[in-house]
Amino acid sequence: MNTGASSHRSIILTVAIGLPLMLALPFVLTPYYLGLVVKMMIFALFAMSLDLLIGYTGMASLGHAAYFGISAYTAGLLALKLGWSFWIAMPAALLLSGVVAVVFGMLALRTRGSYFLMITLALSQLAWGIAFGWRSVTGGDDGLPNVPRPDLSATISLADGTNFYYFVLAFVSIGALLMFRIAASPFGYVLRGIRESETRMLALGYNVWRYKLAVFVIGGLFAGLAGILYVYLNRFVSPDYIHVARSAEVLLMVILGGAGTLAGPAIGAALIVLLENVISGFTERWIMIMGVIYLAVALFAPNGMAGLVRDFRRKRGRK
Amino acid sequence: MSALSAQGVSKNFGGVQALSDISLDVPEGQRRVIIGPNGAGKTTFFNMLTGTFPVSGGRISLFGQDITQLPANERANLGLARTFQITNLFSRLTVMENLLLALQAGTSGAYSLFRSMRANTALFQRADELLEHWQLTGIASSPAREISYGQQRQVDLMLAMSRNPKVLLLDEPMAGLSAAEVVRVSGMIHELPREMTILMIEHDMDVAFDLADRINVFHQGQMIVEGNADEIRAHPQVNEIYLGAD
Amino acid sequence: MNFWIIQTLNGISFGMLLFLLASGLSLIYGLMKILNLTHGSFYMLGGYAGLVAVKYTGSFILAVLAGCACVTIIGVVMERFFLRRLHLQEMPQTLLTFGFLFIFSDLAMLIWGSNPETLPKPALFEQSIPLLGTFYPSYRLFIIGFGLAVAMLLWWVQEGTRIGAMIRAGVDNEEIARALGINVSLLFTLVFAFGAFLAALGGVMGGPIVGVFPGADFEIMLLGFVVVIIGGLGSLKGALVGGLAVGLLDNFGKVFFPEFALFTIFAPMALILAVRPTGLFGRE
Repeated sequence: MNTGASSHRSIILTVAIGLPLMLALPFVLTPYYLGLVVKMMIFALFAMSLDLLIGYTGMASLGHAAYFGISAYTAGLLALKLGWSFWIAMPAALLLSGVVAVVFGMLALRTRGSYFLMITLALSQLAWGIAFGWRSVTGGDDGLPNVPRPDLSATISLADGTNFYYFVLAFVSIGALLMFRIAASPFGYVLRGIRESETRMLALGYNVWRYKLAVFVIGGLFAGLAGILYVYLNRFVSPDYIHVARSAEVLLMVILGGAGTLAGPAIGAALIVLLENVISGFTERWIMIMGVIYLAVALFAPNGMAGLVRDFRRKRGRK
Repeated sequence: MSALSAQGVSKNFGGVQALSDISLDVPEGQRRVIIGPNGAGKTTFFNMLTGTFPVSGGRISLFGQDITQLPANERANLGLARTFQITNLFSRLTVMENLLLALQAGTSGAYSLFRSMRANTALFQRADELLEHWQLTGIASSPAREISYGQQRQVDLMLAMSRNPKVLLLDEPMAGLSAAEVVRVSGMIHELPREMTILMIEHDMDVAFDLADRINVFHQGQMIVEGNADEIRAHPQVNEIYLGAD
Repeated sequence: MNFWIIQTLNGISFGMLLFLLASGLSLIYGLMKILNLTHGSFYMLGGYAGLVAVKYTGSFILAVLAGCACVTIIGVVMERFFLRRLHLQEMPQTLLTFGFLFIFSDLAMLIWGSNPETLPKPALFEQSIPLLGTFYPSYRLFIIGFGLAVAMLLWWVQEGTRIGAMIRAGVDNEEIARALGINVSLLFTLVFAFGAFLAALGGVMGGPIVGVFPGADFEIMLLGFVVVIIGGLGSLKGALVGGLAVGLLDNFGKVFFPEFALFTIFAPMALILAVRPTGLFGRE
């Protein structure tokens, strides 16, 4: 709060430079790279949603892909089988992932630490198991191909790449804005308090459990939003959306960028998406190389890029 | 009516009896000190009173209301506040932010998601006043983990006091302080409002005798005697425990 | 009637494999507070290494030795050169073990391809034997006996030996254990490698009945987690009871509700979580 003025200025600066740049991208990039930027934005939203849990509240979920995948499946199925309009399908998909987050959260939040890690992972694999096993509805292993992108109105079709880009940009910007607001709100400070000391928060009279459940569900909803956007991007959804490897990937994005900063995980997400794209372009063994990146981040940048910047500044300040 | 009362409280940690059958009543406005050697169960008893751990047996009441089954946060909202023996501040947050969190506890404002924390000017004003009162304005924007140990103890006390509790539990507030700081903190405790009920754990006999209206002595999970300073001084078993421990 | 006996024995034998896996997972957590996401990979690599040994030597015993030796060495290297540097740092440890999980998973795909493989049963247990009016594969009975023997051995090590006493001291309080002159650093390596060994043992032993296949690492890791969630982290008894419970639930689930077999495991897990968040035998 003491740095409020300067962080305000930097936000204004970022928006003033970033927004026109983002708006101009469709005129500069080829459709392929525009699609890549869309993917980066979606994962930035996804990573920020996990950062609310890990960075702000200190709850490390290893099953965050559950909400991403559940709403992706819901949106995909509603569009594919029932032909619902986007404006009904999106709230329905968010509602379902929110309800699942409430149920999973109520179970997982009875525990902490390693139990919490295991249980969030196990519950998300339950969702994966349903997507994998319930062939008649989910298509099982093959997933659901040919999910149509919705039309926003009679004149605006998202099948057009540029339209879709602006559509995703709008939702990701709104989502990011809301999360920044939450982080700076009284509720956001309660989350930080829980991260620093749960016992003190209880002794002060906070109903810690209720706040944790609330942020668990909020994080699930934003992850769900990212999932909906992603199914429209790919026009396809498969059990991979929910797999623990997906949860691990988004965890890596958060830690690489620097947990507890929101902006860091967004950058981390963009970087990982880019890396995966580049590496998988020249070798089939890209999963192995990504594995090495996990090791490198764990060993050399456990506080992420934000931490490296902090250390660098501190060293320079001392000289 | 007693402000805080424990009847037959006991605690069992996986077969180890940490507390057995503790009963005590603290009348409103009294300053009560619990003394006893390490491992006597004093902090465990505090944790029962505040609801950090559930009791294995017995009953706890606050102004006549049975709070045995209430979670810690609800006890706090009934006016029971505590400090911690091992410093337990929000260490990466500033002193100001620590205080703001304490002040907004129990207010519905803490649930607002999209309003900025800074928009609540009334809260900031209260915080400024309190910092002034506790003479901590100078460190308001320092992260709690970067201030001195003595200052951390003061912030701890300030947080506990910020909601004007009716009953205050102090867990060894002097532990680890320098002689000068002990004088300062015990002065602060002396100046706390007289109508506030205070229950305090203290290791140092002199400090205990200075601050207490009445004293309980714990030893190996049991309460062996209750009395005023003179009675405690004269009690043979107390002398034995303290001399024997030395 | 025969159906129930056979399916119960199938469940118990699979449960014994899960016990081998979960006891290591649990022991590692108990002492080092590491949630090892690579544990399923140890199981899978054990199975694959055993497969190679069987192909070249034809001996099941050599397969067991080879599988366990390879994975034990991997365990030592992981602990000594990687995990050691991240002591008690939960998030980096999680990322690190995830990293190894991906590396091993891709490595196995590279070396052994994507086809599921099965190890041949050891010659001694190739036959089915008459049992209560039916025939039952003797190898599965052998696994049950073997699992029980390992359980008893582990129990004896934990309660009756010096090293067991050291581990219990380390589990209780690392600082005190150090102060008592216990070489905690060596103990960590030993326990991590031993956990890896047990997982690999499960992988080779399970090879003839469960097989080895890509994705086994994730699948087995998940089941191992469910076992310790039910039984409680850090408890040998919990690993055994949880292993048997999950083995039986998994088996009957696959028989009765093949599309939703996971539910038969997860519903009881959720129930136990709701009642006892730290598992049946876990410490608070």
